[in-house]
Amino acid sequence: MLRKTNTRAVIRMRDRAHVFAALGDETRLALVVKLSDGRPHSISRLTRGTRLTRQAITKHLRVLEGAGMVHSTRQGRESLYEFNPQPIIGLKEYIDLVSGEWDRALVRLKNLVER
Amino acid sequence: MDDRIEKRIELKAPVSRVWRAITDYREFGEWFRVKLDGPFVAGTASTGHITYPGYEHLKWEAVVQKMEPERLFSFTWHPYAVDPKMDYSREASTLVEFRLEKTATGTLLVLTESGFDKIPAERRLEAFRRNDGGWTAQMKNIENHVTNYVAKN
Repeated sequence: MLRKTNTRAVIRMRDRAHVFAALGDETRLALVVKLSDGRPHSISRLTRGTRLTRQAITKHLRVLEGAGMVHSTRQGRESLYEFNPQPIIGLKEYIDLVSGEWDRALVRLKNLVER
Repeated sequence: MDDRIEKRIELKAPVSRVWRAITDYREFGEWFRVKLDGPFVAGTASTGHITYPGYEHLKWEAVVQKMEPERLFSFTWHPYAVDPKMDYSREASTLVEFRLEKTATGTLLVLTESGFDKIPAERRLEAFRRNDGGWTAQMKNIENHVTNYVAKN
């Protein structure tokens, strides 16, 4: 049982390293920010406003795709890229976020009842 | 993985006072930062809107589950249901429970929130997008990870 958990933890670590490596680049980080609105984007749209070529953007998107952070679908002659938050935002991170909000709310409750 | 939140907090106030603060809809609204339309009634929906600065356009929707005086108050809701255009009613909700216990100095409040494993990944992202703290924490995680990685290699 213990060994199984460890194996899983190691795999998770490796996945994470992959994700972090993919994010360790300014262009890709900027792409993730653009894509994180949850809508599918075409390469031309992602290229707009950058000094990079379509080819360069495509290359960066492939790295993100390799880390599981984006997936692409074809629509006619165009590829549309969509963000997949799962590798970055795991369940734990989400719970930590909600947990932090409770901490703040409970401090306000404490102040109210001990007033 | 642990899919629940548990908080224990000691309050220097009698159980009756704490019970009122968590179940009177006006008092609840004051510390939770929500303006509720009416009192909490077990088995019914509670509606209102968030008063947290910057989030005033957001609705509050919960279903009160249990109200056992001075012992247990619980409701189900959708944490971080932050997109006003989205209908969250069909999505899995989490269960929030407040349990009160009398202590020598006042009240022990045990808060639990459970059921996070059913929340879709897109919803988690949404919560992070709207919450600066979430992203700051993420960036910190990345930074720590990268630092450790560099140190080890």
